[in-house]
Amino acid sequence: MIVLQSVTKRYADTAVVDDVSIELGHPGITSVIGANGAGKSTLLSMIGRLLPIDDGTITVDGLDVTTTRGALLARRLAVLRQDNHLTARLTVRDLVAFGRFPHGRGRLGPADRDAIDQAIAYLDLDSVGDRFLDQLSGGQRQRAFLAMTLAQDTHYLLLDEPLNSLDLRHCVQTMRLLRRAADELGKRIVLVLHDINFAAAHSDRIVAMRAGRIHAVGTPTEVITTAVLREVYGLDIAVEEFGGHPMAVYHL
Amino acid sequence: MSTDTVGQAATGTVPHRRRQQVRVRILTLTGVAVLLVTTYLFTDVTGSWDYVVQLRARKLAAMLLVAVAVATATVLFQTVTENRILTPAIMGLDSLYLLIQTVVVYLFGASALVATEPTLQWTVEIVVMVLFATALFRWIFTGAGRSIHLLVLVGVLFGVLFRSVTHLLQRMIDPAEFAVLQDAFFASFSVQPQLLGLSAATITLATVGLLLIGRQVDVLGLGRAHAIGLGVHHRQLVAAVFALVAVLVAVSTALVGPITFLGLIVANLAYHLIGSHLHRHTVPAAILLAVIFLVGGHLLLERIFDLGTVLAVVIEFVGGIFFIILVTRKGAR
Repeated sequence: MIVLQSVTKRYADTAVVDDVSIELGHPGITSVIGANGAGKSTLLSMIGRLLPIDDGTITVDGLDVTTTRGALLARRLAVLRQDNHLTARLTVRDLVAFGRFPHGRGRLGPADRDAIDQAIAYLDLDSVGDRFLDQLSGGQRQRAFLAMTLAQDTHYLLLDEPLNSLDLRHCVQTMRLLRRAADELGKRIVLVLHDINFAAAHSDRIVAMRAGRIHAVGTPTEVITTAVLREVYGLDIAVEEFGGHPMAVYHL
Repeated sequence: MSTDTVGQAATGTVPHRRRQQVRVRILTLTGVAVLLVTTYLFTDVTGSWDYVVQLRARKLAAMLLVAVAVATATVLFQTVTENRILTPAIMGLDSLYLLIQTVVVYLFGASALVATEPTLQWTVEIVVMVLFATALFRWIFTGAGRSIHLLVLVGVLFGVLFRSVTHLLQRMIDPAEFAVLQDAFFASFSVQPQLLGLSAATITLATVGLLLIGRQVDVLGLGRAHAIGLGVHHRQLVAAVFALVAVLVAVSTALVGPITFLGLIVANLAYHLIGSHLHRHTVPAAILLAVIFLVGGHLLLERIFDLGTVLAVVIEFVGGIFFIILVTRKGAR
């Protein structure tokens, strides 16, 4: 489990993440929702060691993220952020091969090559495996980076706004894919989402944040309610049920 | 069947062909470099064979060392800064070198520059440059900001500052002494033999250091977030790479003078020719290209232009044209 204890992050005097204690990484998909500036990405960045923690502790399977060797954590926890600009010119296969770095320190054995092939096949990238990333569409690029994190073969997968700048079709595909990875491969996925309906439709658990604090935690039906959404987003949003999932109607 | 062939079969034929292509290109570059080196050493010898060849061998050794240092330093620097048009020269090491020379002449007179034990002079220059560079790198890259733009800005500012102070001091020194000093301003490969050994040893050490962290440096090319996600100790590794870069640039500058323009050309040519992100491919290719440019440039300079110009002009002219062709071709594709 990923355990956060009184975690705080401040910029100047403002706490962007304010005394947060929570357990993340239950089986299945956990979505973190909240308005801009609620501290979702900051929280994920601290778990992923990209930002120093000002107060409190974060442990992954009992390993403190600030003191444990990076390579050890990288075999348990993979992080994918929204900005994936690269200066190096890589093929899809090159990129996915980097996912094996925590295991072989850059040397690829037969097991590593198998893992790379499996990740590429799992994300349906076989036909473009030897193409360069700058020759791919946005959706394919996104899948290539997902393949890298799958090849990393970790228990936990953290994704920061994986649906950003994807069209509707690729959004749906990505969410179904993550669902499949959670169900078939036993991945425990934590993702930051802006579209609450995608969160409601595909998550097992939803964490709603507001102003740096955890506002609500629970199943989609518990969290996606007019009352909670009013607190979190400051909007009156009608919630209907569709196919067993709560669906928020916020476009009107 | 060995385990390796299983792995090869699993990855399919295309990556294999790419690896082979990289190998062929590096071999071709090696061939051209060897050809140029032999031409430089053994053709057009007039007078005493022994004397000429020995003189040339010394110059050649300096060129090879500089090729290794400048090419490696530039490729590493570009990986760490995630930028393909920067060179370590942005940190103002060249101007610092000129400042050191000028300050020595200003304080102690030109005789001091000529009379000082070259080894001592070399050591002092290296220590000052490495201290400055690592201090700057560490301060900016490990501080709160950690911004490449900040690094570039501060580096440019220091460069300007060093140059201004250099110019000021130069105006204040004796014109005859200035003439002696002027020699230091252009890269020259007629170096003191005792410096060659020292430089070779330092560069070898730095290269061994690089080999030890080479595969981790590949991951740095993905950027800070991915590198940390993949378990690289980013801050430590970046500091180590910067220290290596500082040593390499300092050694090369102290040996022959300012020549970092070469790095930009060879690094980018290497990326283009090799098409691989792995440092075990790009660094050797860049080194070989640097050898080709330096030795080829010297051949042109000495045999065709009869020393009518300086090496910088030859390399920048030829390399610049080559570079522009590559950039425009890449844009068109």
